[in-house]
Amino acid sequence: MMQSLGLAATYAVIRRDLGLAMRRKSDALTPVFFFVIVVSLFPLGIGAERDTLRQIAPGIIWVAALLASMLSLNRLFEEDHADGTLEQLMLSTAPLGMLVTGKVIAHWILTGVPLLFVAPLLALQFDLAPASLLTLATSLAIGTPVLSLLGAIGASLTIGLRGGGVLIALLVLPLYVPVLIFGAGAVASVNAGLGAESHFSLLAAALALAAFFSPLATTMALRIALE
Amino acid sequence: MLEAINLTCVRGERRLFHDLNVHVERGSGLFVQGPNGSGKTTLLRVFGGLTPPCGGAILWNGRPIQLARDDLRRKLLYCGHLIGLKDDLTAIENLVYAAALADEPISNAIAQEALKQSGLYEIADLPVRALSQGQKRRVSLARLCYLRRSFWILDEPLTALDDAAAQWVLDRISRHLNEGGTAIWTSHLPMAVAGSIRTLRIGS
Repeated sequence: MMQSLGLAATYAVIRRDLGLAMRRKSDALTPVFFFVIVVSLFPLGIGAERDTLRQIAPGIIWVAALLASMLSLNRLFEEDHADGTLEQLMLSTAPLGMLVTGKVIAHWILTGVPLLFVAPLLALQFDLAPASLLTLATSLAIGTPVLSLLGAIGASLTIGLRGGGVLIALLVLPLYVPVLIFGAGAVASVNAGLGAESHFSLLAAALALAAFFSPLATTMALRIALE
Repeated sequence: MLEAINLTCVRGERRLFHDLNVHVERGSGLFVQGPNGSGKTTLLRVFGGLTPPCGGAILWNGRPIQLARDDLRRKLLYCGHLIGLKDDLTAIENLVYAAALADEPISNAIAQEALKQSGLYEIADLPVRALSQGQKRRVSLARLCYLRRSFWILDEPLTALDDAAAQWVLDRISRHLNEGGTAIWTSHLPMAVAGSIRTLRIGS
């Protein structure tokens, strides 16, 4: 059963992509540092107006998270395409959808997971209450996998195109809108003294939908790209 | 085993080949020859199920290739002209991951043995970026040693190889055919492979 589902191969994809990132640490750390710097610039630019900062914090942190997650998307399939490993993935006996999911998980571990830990620290600059910090981390934990999943669709559609990076942004950012609204909304509603359960449910629903449809769409785009 | 019927392929505006009929039996080889740009690589990709043909049909063990894709993948070893190695990984790691991604995991020891057979024992622990073009090709071809696949498609396997390595590849193919395997390959060099070989010329 393990063989036919391709779980071993999927695990190998995750390990390989993480291993490659460890060999090139500067590439792997770029999205995280980008996130840290962008988020830190806002309090400096806006000044120490606590009420304003508290109000804009969820939006700014979430927008920075979207951009950071997008930053490394153009490398998701491009390198595999250039060196021929993508061709070998297509020919694997493991289902391509599983291998693609493996690549998405590796992307999330590299770009999404670090944000969960960094974001609450950065949010202190915006004078967020402890309850809001926890909500922020939770909303990022549910929302960032969606970003990686949707991003994979954009990355697979722009394989082999020159200037693919900009095109990915145009394709993917509109799809990120619901995640931004519910993610930032969760923190804002806790700030306002309301619960965030409804936002979490909607984010989780988005995650379930993306986890099902994104590998399908990505596999189809990859097959067309390699014809 | 593999049969092409009235195969036609168009790339852009150009018709590469049309009404091509080939039959490759189990235990035999097919040597595809033709000038640059005649569609050799495209033909091999069509045989490997990577590119759908524009016209005609391909039968794998009597079934259309679209329906037999899973079975074909279990039998197929495809070495394209992209070598499929990661520059940042060592030769051994590359082989171990290549096998794992093909869903046929191997141990480090087997990868080491495969590299030894292809004459790359000393460079097994070097990152692939430090290797020459020919050495990279040999690392990629070391897959021939351990993946247990009966149907080989090799696109220009001799590119950048020295005489000894080229001879090693030819011996490998001969042995494979002798053991009842099937192989299709292209090259601009004469390839002296023992066994029942047919030559297919396209684009002339």
